[in-house]
Amino acid sequence: MSATLPTGHRRIDQLEMRGIVKRFPGVLAVDHVDFDVCSGEIHALLGENGAGKSTLMKMLYGLYQQDEGVVRLNNAEVRIRSPHDAIQNGVGMIHQHFMLVPSLTVAENIALGMKSSRGWRLDLDLVSKRIRELSERYNLKVEPDIPTWQLAVGEQQRVEILRALYRGAALLILDEPTAVLTPQEVDDLFVILKKMTADGHALIFISHKLHEVLAISQRVTVLRDGRRVDTIPTEGATRLKLAEMMVGRPVVLEYERPEVTVYSDRLQVRNVSALNDRGEVGLRELSLSVAGGEIVGVAGVSGNGQHEMAQVIAGLRPLTGGKIEINGQDVTGRSPSVVRKMGVAYIPEERMIDGVVKDFTVAENLVLHDHGRKPFVSQRIFMNFKAIRDACQEAIRAYEIKTPGPDVPIKNLSGGNIQKLVLARELARQPQLLIAAQPTRGVDIGATEYIHRQLLKERARGTAILLISEDLDEIRALSDRIVVMYEGQIMGIVPGKDVNIRQLGAMMAGTPLDKVAEMS
Amino acid sequence: MFFSSPNQTIRKAFNRIFDTTPLLISLVAALVVASVLLIAMSTDPLQAYRSMLNGAVGTENAFAETLVKAIPILFVAVGICVAFRGGVINIGGEGQMIAGALAGVSVALIATSLPGPLIILFSLTAGFVAGALYAGIAGFLKAYFNVNEILSTIMLNQIAVQSMNYLLNGVLLDPTEAGTNHIPKTAKILAEAQLPRFSITLPDAIYGALQGLGFAGTPELFARTRLHYGMIIAILLAVIIYMLLWRTTIGYRIRAVGENENASRYAGIHVPRQIILAMFIAGGCAGLAGVVQVLGLQYRLQTDGSATGFTANAGFNGIVAALFGGLNPLGAIPASAVFGGLLVGAQKMQRDMGVPAALITAVNGLIVIFTVSSQMFARRRARRRAANEPPRSERVLDAAVNTPMEQQT
Repeated sequence: MSATLPTGHRRIDQLEMRGIVKRFPGVLAVDHVDFDVCSGEIHALLGENGAGKSTLMKMLYGLYQQDEGVVRLNNAEVRIRSPHDAIQNGVGMIHQHFMLVPSLTVAENIALGMKSSRGWRLDLDLVSKRIRELSERYNLKVEPDIPTWQLAVGEQQRVEILRALYRGAALLILDEPTAVLTPQEVDDLFVILKKMTADGHALIFISHKLHEVLAISQRVTVLRDGRRVDTIPTEGATRLKLAEMMVGRPVVLEYERPEVTVYSDRLQVRNVSALNDRGEVGLRELSLSVAGGEIVGVAGVSGNGQHEMAQVIAGLRPLTGGKIEINGQDVTGRSPSVVRKMGVAYIPEERMIDGVVKDFTVAENLVLHDHGRKPFVSQRIFMNFKAIRDACQEAIRAYEIKTPGPDVPIKNLSGGNIQKLVLARELARQPQLLIAAQPTRGVDIGATEYIHRQLLKERARGTAILLISEDLDEIRALSDRIVVMYEGQIMGIVPGKDVNIRQLGAMMAGTPLDKVAEMS
Repeated sequence: MFFSSPNQTIRKAFNRIFDTTPLLISLVAALVVASVLLIAMSTDPLQAYRSMLNGAVGTENAFAETLVKAIPILFVAVGICVAFRGGVINIGGEGQMIAGALAGVSVALIATSLPGPLIILFSLTAGFVAGALYAGIAGFLKAYFNVNEILSTIMLNQIAVQSMNYLLNGVLLDPTEAGTNHIPKTAKILAEAQLPRFSITLPDAIYGALQGLGFAGTPELFARTRLHYGMIIAILLAVIIYMLLWRTTIGYRIRAVGENENASRYAGIHVPRQIILAMFIAGGCAGLAGVVQVLGLQYRLQTDGSATGFTANAGFNGIVAALFGGLNPLGAIPASAVFGGLLVGAQKMQRDMGVPAALITAVNGLIVIFTVSSQMFARRRARRRAANEPPRSERVLDAAVNTPMEQQT
């Protein structure tokens, strides 16, 4: 018999997956993969989107059944047929999307679906007590009696972790847990995870963020195209090495930015103000310009007006003041279609909500705004599906989009490939101005590199590019000038070359550039 | 890489068959559940259904009546396909039918000096336009003021019924009926303005074979029934609307807005315009349903004071038929025939077995429930073969079932 954890549940000393195979129609999603994790260890599972990480873990959690291979828990073979089986065996999973009922309290959410110790009467007081114990032990800072809608994203995640612990998880699968967190929350999470491993829990950390994997794990297994590339100790591994293992070829983490001709200003935003979705002032007297052949990066903590700015320029949000000019022509208050006709392309931040129609095919999505133009129409209103499909084949080839074909619903594609299609669509019209909002968020390394190269190519072509990103590395790698936004205002504009990261950080926290300069 | 092997072709055909079977299964399941109700009324369900089947397709006249009932249902259903695909839940088929009928009958009664075909053409046009404009009110309110179209169309139904009652007791009242105890109805339209009856001459071989099966009629099939050319107009309309939805930019934009309003807006599609247009087409189709009832069947507009008195619930049954037909205008053709048969068969069942024909309303409801739940099954199958083939039919009801919820949040 194995030992027990401080939570009172059975410890998982070792979990082993051997020769796991999973086939989906037409795809070998997981191809003879071996994987194991031990008590007290964080084992990172690294791979690009579609590499098979989630599929492998869903089999461990009983959401899928493997076609071949065995799972051994403490050296005894187990069959996990459902999440219920998994929980019985001490395996828990924290999903990317939290599954909490907003109107219920933390304790009610955790008790949900579990038997009450008092039969038909609720035992929420006992549940709360136990939550406090667990919360204290793992520094989760969770209050049992608060309705979950009041919790921030990071807190909701801690409730999910607590629920898994409460149900006896000795092994916890964390599916991209940091994707939704702020840097501060990521630090907090890591403290919790370290405490859990110190207590003998086994953790599997799914991610594609290299620096996090390096910071938290003891071992890394890299998957590529459903196969295990290698399992290596984290100590001694580097970002570059891991990236190359993931992508299968040497990668570039920094780009050469050749000198290009800079044209006149393509976009001029003058003293623009606008409201945000809550009806508060979202943009205050904002002014900036972007010239042809220039990438202007917009940095800032999410929710400081970047989204509103992009929408205002694209004609999707009304202004309360100011003026917007594109190529010297006033487009203030014009409709999105007029703005697009002026040569503006827009890669929206939420690609699944604003970028594509997910039940439409890849080909149909490619022509979302050009469907009324030649050659996609023949005889006035009839669509020319042959031309659309041909254009789509061409885009699939040129942009290296991985899809079974143009007639597949786009929701079947991975995030990176969907983003490549959006990019193909937006660049197809040879824009004068490109607004790229979070163009690589949730996109794997290979596609990210590809998208960055395309942006640089557009810059060389003379396009004016407004790059909005929360990823400072991305901003620094691509921008000619960097604009920092805070609460709907511009804190300062600095050249992209040799930028002072401290200076950027100070501006992002709300200190204007002149004050920052005084301080240093 | 993804060429089509014989194996794949068979698989495709199999999948297509399998996609339609859930619908048939749901029909059967609804009838099975309804048989419990029949047993509760101490009626033998098998006998009842036999009587129903007999009443629906048992004789030449029964079959013709089934088709006659199916005509307005099909018109409405075709329009509902456009509305629901565009993300607009139009429940106002009844009101739009009435609006179309009022306009159509007015034209037919006024333009009597014109040649017959022109009266019919103008009357149909007036019916379409009136239905479209009437539905357009709800479309406009939704597009620009975010008024829930389910509520507004239902309320517009009431307004239409009362307007009809007012007009049929007033300016449109048949002059020969003027008096205290009149029936609210218009005068009869001219014979030239009526849609001709529809019949086909059977080839000898087929006629012989049918006679062998006990067919008692003449080779002039449907010659002595009420079946009229409205059927042909409805089928043509279904084909046109199918082309509109899947072959033209107009349909593309309507579907794009229905599936994802945000992405459409970002792509520069004028969203309010598509919502109004979808509503316009839906209302126009329902308007045609109304005017065709007048021109092809009743030859006047007549009511008992309720909407059903004129529409016989076609405005609602059309919604059910559209869903049953997978929100595809072509699918709506057989679906409408099935519902026409259910309604006509129920009458016969009532006469033979003493079971209230209203039972069939319950069957309709059951069919909706089973159709919607069969989608879950179809979707699960679709997910399994997701990587291989472009699924089409698994999202048949998605638009109807999911879109309104998403849009209301």
